[in-house]
This record gives sequence, C-alpha cells and structure tokens, in this order.
Amino acid sequence: MNRVEGRVKVTGLATYAAEYPVEGVAHAYPVQSLIAKGRVARVDASQALDMPGVLGVLSVEDPPQLAPDADGELALFQSRDVAYRGQLIAAAVADTYENARAAADAVRVEYEPADHDVGLRADHPGLYRPEVVNPNYPADTEHGDVEAGLAEAATTVDVTYTTPVLHNNPMEPHAAVALWDAEGRLLVYNSTQGASPDRDTIAGTLGLPPSRVRVVARHVGGGFGCKGSTRPHAVLAALASRAVGRPVKVVLTRQQMFDVTGYRTPTIQRLRLGADAEGRLTALEHVAYEQSSTLVEFAEQTATPARTMYAAPALRTAHRLVRLDVATPSWMRAPGECPGMYALESALDELACAAGIDPVELRVRNEPETEPESGLPFSSRNLVACLREGARRFGWDRRDPEPGVRREGEWLVGTGVAASTYPARRRPSQAVATVRNGDFLIQVAAADIGTGARTVLTRIAAETLGVAPDRVHVELGDSDLPDAPVAGGSMGTASWGSAVVRACEELMKNGKEGRADTTDEVATDAELARHAFGAQFAEVRVSAVTGEVRVPRLLGVFAAGRILDAGLARSQFIGGMTMGLGMALMEETLTDEEFGGFLRRDLAQYHVPACADVADVEAVWLEEEDDALNPMGNKGIGEIGIVGTAAAIGNAVHHATGRRIRDLPITPAKILAPSP
Amino acid sequence: MKPFEYARAGSPSDAVRRFRPGTMYLGGGTNLVDLMRLGVARPERLVDVSRLPLDAIEPVGDRLRIGAAVRNSDLAADPLIRRRYPMLARAVLAGASGQVRNMATVAGNLLQRTRCAYFQDVSRPCNKRRPGSGCPAIEGDHSNLAVLGASDACVATHPSDLAVALAALEAEVHVTGPGGDRIIPMPGLHRLPGDAPERDTVLEPGDLITAVELPAPPPGASAYRKVRERASFAFALVSIAAVLDVRDGVVSGCRIALGSLAHAPWRAERAEQALIGGPATGEAFLEAAEAELAQARPLPRNAFKVPLARNLIVNTLEELAP
Repeated sequence: MNRVEGRVKVTGLATYAAEYPVEGVAHAYPVQSLIAKGRVARVDASQALDMPGVLGVLSVEDPPQLAPDADGELALFQSRDVAYRGQLIAAAVADTYENARAAADAVRVEYEPADHDVGLRADHPGLYRPEVVNPNYPADTEHGDVEAGLAEAATTVDVTYTTPVLHNNPMEPHAAVALWDAEGRLLVYNSTQGASPDRDTIAGTLGLPPSRVRVVARHVGGGFGCKGSTRPHAVLAALASRAVGRPVKVVLTRQQMFDVTGYRTPTIQRLRLGADAEGRLTALEHVAYEQSSTLVEFAEQTATPARTMYAAPALRTAHRLVRLDVATPSWMRAPGECPGMYALESALDELACAAGIDPVELRVRNEPETEPESGLPFSSRNLVACLREGARRFGWDRRDPEPGVRREGEWLVGTGVAASTYPARRRPSQAVATVRNGDFLIQVAAADIGTGARTVLTRIAAETLGVAPDRVHVELGDSDLPDAPVAGGSMGTASWGSAVVRACEELMKNGKEGRADTTDEVATDAELARHAFGAQFAEVRVSAVTGEVRVPRLLGVFAAGRILDAGLARSQFIGGMTMGLGMALMEETLTDEEFGGFLRRDLAQYHVPACADVADVEAVWLEEEDDALNPMGNKGIGEIGIVGTAAAIGNAVHHATGRRIRDLPITPAKILAPSP
Repeated sequence: MKPFEYARAGSPSDAVRRFRPGTMYLGGGTNLVDLMRLGVARPERLVDVSRLPLDAIEPVGDRLRIGAAVRNSDLAADPLIRRRYPMLARAVLAGASGQVRNMATVAGNLLQRTRCAYFQDVSRPCNKRRPGSGCPAIEGDHSNLAVLGASDACVATHPSDLAVALAALEAEVHVTGPGGDRIIPMPGLHRLPGDAPERDTVLEPGDLITAVELPAPPPGASAYRKVRERASFAFALVSIAAVLDVRDGVVSGCRIALGSLAHAPWRAERAEQALIGGPATGEAFLEAAEAELAQARPLPRNAFKVPLARNLIVNTLEELAP
C-alpha cells in the first residue's frame, strides 16, 4: 500500500511544526554564546528593546522561572556560566522573524572568558568511567582473561579507529510554536520524535504537571535521533510566549541545528583481538573514548555490540568519557552500534587478513551459541544466513583476497564485508481502537518522522481487525492521544504496534472500543537476547590519481523478524546504508580548537551523499520467524541499515588499495597521504 | 537580514548610474542571497542586473560572446559552446546542482566569494570579511584552502569552476563602469590576496561585467576535471582545465589552469613553458607539474593538494596526449 499521508505530503498540504497558522504569532531568535567557557557578565538589551516590533528580550539578567532540576541543555537563561560556544544565552522576541533576528544581533553581551578545552584525546586526564552508558548499560564488562587470550593467540590485532563529530541533518529544521491559553495550559506544535515524552520533558522543565501541556507533531520531516529528546528551541518558544503574552514561533537555522540539537560524539576506539590458528577468537577487547559536555553526561554505548557479536572466551568492553567545553552529544541513528560496529568490523577484517582467513568465514567461525556477554539465548539470530546469502548474491566466491591488485585504468577496485546488528526492543505503549462511521479509528501518540509509521500502524490494525486498510484511520502525533514512547531505538513500530494489536483485539471482543496499555505485557517479556542482524557488502573504486572513492555497489542482507511493509522497510534499510556511506566517505563536523564550537555548520560544508554517490544500493531480507518479540513478530529496522556500512566500505578500500585508513571519513587527502 | 532597497536596472548604463556606495549588483543571487542571510554581505541597495538584455551567446567573427546574464545551465547546454569549447561546458556542469545552475549567471559565477568557513561565519575573525581581524584558517580549518599564492593575511581559494576554464581559454571579461568600458583578460580578473584579501578581483566600485568573450578555441585536445570527495554538488579539492596540442610527438601548445589551489584560477605557466617544444611523455609531464608546484606553500591540513595537483596534471596531460 502507498503511504497513507503520501498525497498530502507531495501536494504540500502536510502541516509541519512551523507551518501551523496561529493568529498573532510572534517570533523568537536566539543569541548564542561567542565563548566556549566562562561567564556572561552582562546582557545589555537596551538597544534591542528600542528596535521596531521588539516585544522583549529574555536572558539571565531576568531568569525565567523554570523547574530547579531542569536538564542542563534546557535550563535556558538560568546561569551565567557558559558551557560551550553556541549555547543559547538570550533571545529576542519580536513581531516578525526579521525584527527578532535584527534585535538578537543588537543584544550586547559582555563575557568573562575562561580557557576552554574542546579536544578529545585518549590520554586526556579528565577521562573517567561513567556509571552507565546510553540508555542504561553497564559502562564496562569483563569475562575471562583478555591478556592470557591474547598471549595464547596465533594471530593478534591491536588497532585504534577514530570517528569524527557527526550531525543528523533532517530536512525539516527544529521548529516550535508555543501558545498558552487563558487557563495557563500550554500547546506546543513541535518537530519531535515523540509527543508524549516531549510533553513530559517540557512540563518537567517548566515545573508544570504534564496534564497542562500538549504537544502536537502530526508530520515531522526527519529526525534520526536529534528530535528524540526535547531540544532548547521548544523550551524557548514556551518561555518567550509566556513572557510576551502571545504565541511564539522558533525556527532554528541549519547552523543553529549544528550547535544545539545534539550530535554523535567523536570516538577513539582501541580494539585488541586474538585468534587461534583456525580463526576462533581467544580474546576480544573494545575500549571506547568519548566526550560529553559539562552540563549533562551523555555516554554513547559504543563498545556494546562487542557484547553480542562474537564468541570469545575472554571479552572486555569499556567506555571512558571526558567532559569538555562542548555541547552535549546525543542520539544519532544507531548510537553505539553505528560507530562501535565500524571499529569492531574493521578490526575483524584486519584479523581476517592477518590470519589469512576469508572475512565471511571468520565471522561464521565465531558465531556464538548464546549472547556472549549475558549468556542469554537469542530469540532468533540469523547472522550466518545473512552472510551466506549476501556472499551468494554479491559473488563473493569469485573474490581474490589479495589487496591492491585489481585495477581498471586509474581505478583500484575492491570489495569488503561487515556485519550489522541492532537490538530488537519494545517499550510500553497505550492505544485506543474505536468504531467511527462504520470504519475504525486507531489513536496512539506515535510519531511518523518520515518512516511511514502511520502506514504500518494502519496495516497492523487492518490485519488484526481483518478489514481492508482503507477502513482504518490512524491518528497520531498528539500528546492528547494515548501515551506512546519515542520513535527511537528502532522501537517505535514494535511498541506502538503491540498496543494497537491489543486494542484491536479488545475492540473485536466488545464490538465498541478497545483500550490497551502494554505495560504489564512488556514487563513479563521473557529474558532473551533480542537483536536484528545483517551483513553488508560493498564494492569500491579508488582513484590512484586523485584518491577519490566511489561506491558502485552496496548490498545489505538483513534478518529482522517479520517485515511488515516491504516498501517502507526497503526505504529504511537503503536510507541507513546511504547514511553509512556518508559516514564512511564524507561526513565530518570540525571542532574549532581556537574559538570552540563547530565549523562546517551547513549542508554546503557538511557533506551528505548526493544522488550521484549512490549508485546501486540494494537491501534484501530473510524470512525470520520470531515469536518471542511482540504480536507482529517484527524487529526494528530504522537503524540497522547504518550499522556496518562504513566498515564494509573501509574494508573494501583496503582490499582495493592495500591501505588501511583507520580514521573516518576516508577522504582523498587520507588516501593520498604518504603511508606511515 | 538587514533591510535593503531593491531596484531593477533597465540597461547596463542605468545599472552603473544607480550604483552608489553600499550598492551591490544582483545576478542569480545563488551566492549573494546566502551571504546576506548569513550577515556576511550587508548591502543597502541591490540593483538587479539579472534581467538586462545580456543573455545571448553569439558568434563575433571566430570568437564567441557570452552575455553576463546568461544562466549557467544555458551556457552548458549551448550547441556552439558544446561543439567548440566542450571543456567549458564540462566545467560549468561540474559546478553546483541543476537547480543552482538554472539560477546562477556567468558574471555571478565569476564574482562568487570564497567558501572558507571563517569567511562565512560573522562570529569569527576573517581578514577578507573584516580586514585586520585576523585569519584563523591558517591555524585552524584550511583543509580546502590555498597552497599557491596565499599570504599571511588570507589563504582563501576561489571556488568557481567556470573561471578555471575561462583562464585556460584566455577569455576576455568585458566591463563597464563609472570609469568607462574596459576588457580584462583572464585569469587577470581575480587577484591574489596579498595584504588586501578583502578584494577578490581587480574590479573597481560600480564596475559591471557585461560579457565574457572567448577567442577561437586553441588547437589541440582539451579537458576539465574536478576532484571532490562527494561525486556531485561539492566544491573542488583541485580542478584542472587543460589544452594540449602535440605535433609529431612535440608539444606545440599547452595551457593548464588549476582551480581551488589559490585565491584566483591559477595558470600553471611554469609547467606550460617547461612543456612547450619538448616531448609529450609522462616524464616530461611530471617534471612540468613538479616545476609548477615547487612554488606551493602548503599548510599541515592541505598538504595533500600538492600531490593531488601533481597527479591530476600528469594524468590529464597523459589522457590528452595522442
């Protein structure tokens, strides 16, 4: 079936957060810190307040009232301390966007700057072990004796991989329109991945009960994680609206999105692997070094996939974090798995080369019986089948393992493989199913961020009810609907879908209305290791003249439970793989050592793949029956597509050139650099 | 964005007449409007010259005259351009995206500003944007900045592909202005930064480009190649426009222009001189490239441009040699 909202989207009728026609709306434009560390000594708004159309200036000179325990990134204008360059330190509110921006420019800020530290390094004295890593995994794990395992190994690899700061770049910028009604109830049209949790966070930040806040997000133009947690623009809209007594709109510029909507932490990852003569791992150690801000601890779970992937008698994973004068990192498509599997799957390729074993075969030989770290049985695991099927489709058996020997004119040609994985979880959700005019109305505060959630929930309801999809109407994107978790962690469909199935089942029993809350059902889920798996194959061409890397072919084979909608699933897989191609070859935000903050804060400088970069990207999936997941039998597919792509491409670059580039992105500059 | 006046010029002389300090001419706006939004350009008055009757491509004897307001996409699609100056069409098509090329004009393309990150960010210093404020790129992000002809004040590069091809084709830029009409031979339009990086070109205030005139195509084979990590819609890491004429194994004519290496399109005169009259061999090409690039003064993060430019010169000439 086509996307339910396809027609309104392509005809421009879909309303996004900034587009709601709200009478009397004013505009707020933020003032951002020009120093990376220090204090705001004084904010002089006198000139700004005299400008045409200006309704007010918010700053720490008159701190707006907020809950005392508000999140550090959302506690706007509460403290004179500056945590990073680009932090919101004031805002001008005016009748038009242009007047607000002009007034923001006229706000004079005096600083007391202090020396800043924005550089992540593996020997930073501030590194520490966080209590947990995102969302709540232990920071470190250790089983067996890694040193002994390495000592007895026939082949060892000790390598360090690095990844840069990466930014989500959804097409729709973060935007919010906030309105307070006469009873002091707040309505926020927001670009968010979750109306219910966004409502809770906004209410908590403002010190209001959740019942006094409503968040509406019927259409969202992409998120990838950066709209998964409440961002400061939404709080600013609410505060500005409260201050001036009018509805207020905030639309971030692309540059401001780079500053205040989160990013993927840069990582430094050391991998030590040992294998016996048959290629069976004797030890696996994965240590990740990462950064967070001084405001909030966000520790990406980079080394966690090593706890799931391969059988190793000695297995150690660790995360070390340093708090720098930078913005707080946050979620970006497959936090943890994406950068972690880049390093792990690259290191495994190095081990395969060192041991003289085919990299597909090496992975097969290290297939575990149970989840290595937890010892839990897998609900289903078809990594080997994905590798075999991918190898068959890709023509892997014709591959000569020798690196740097295939040349077509100036182009060196190579192929590479890497595995993919992503947890298959679900969270409690509510849903209501009712009969309306002979058709069926499904209500759930889910979010459709461009994934097709509205469509897949329509299918799920129609299948459960045994009716045609056109008799089902799904209402989502509104926190006044039954509570639902965020569209994140590849949990959306599994969580909301479970509640929709239960609500529909209930409706069929009583014929009138079905109300579901899956809190108890989810709590009694059996203890199992639930993960989707995949295998990605890449062919690259590297110019011996220019160092340019092109990717003529990408193949992903996934085993992700039951695929609920082939069209939507393909879009998720190839979208993730394309984003992984960007990570491999071009995406990079620079940290400005001198002034703090980021450089390359727009789409002309932060390159994401263009159509010309994406030649032949194919995604296929295996039939996978898994009854232990949820009523639909599906595993989340929003993120696994990006996991492993960069490693497959990097491994192919090595196969093509004989050069191992261990620092993303793999650019012509690095290809052409003299060998170390 | 700062409020500004807008006026549409009726003729080139009308445009010049309307020019006062604080005025900028508006072509397709694909760079200027961006810079206004960023606060980098803060004109008080825009004089729109995009609809002047300067949109024709017409032969003048054995030369070809391209109106300043010709859109980039029309330029690249023109049958005469494609037949007689294929390198120029390739250069234009290597730039930007289809949508941008549909808007961008010939003159606007030549007068676009550097994409140096510091130049485009008003919250950071930049000698080109705010003379005397300093150049953080030299210690900071200069990975796509100049290795040739830069100064202590500025390491910006000029981003145009078109300008590189025009430098190799020895086009003439026709200008009218308060001081009358004049002709500037390429690559003379753009200047090196020296101690006045705020000046990209030799144009004087109020000068308006009216046309670009191409002399008859030089004999020999020609090519334009642009290197970039993204396959499309990216500025060059290095680009080359080259013409090579070989008679009986001897180089009788050679023109090499390089892009993204300097504040201006860079004519590789040393390499050309080294080649003319000599053999068209890979060794000769390499020697010529190295002679040219001996002048390079790379910074730590853009040193790759030197071997990249060397490889590109050698490879392009090898492909052009019979």
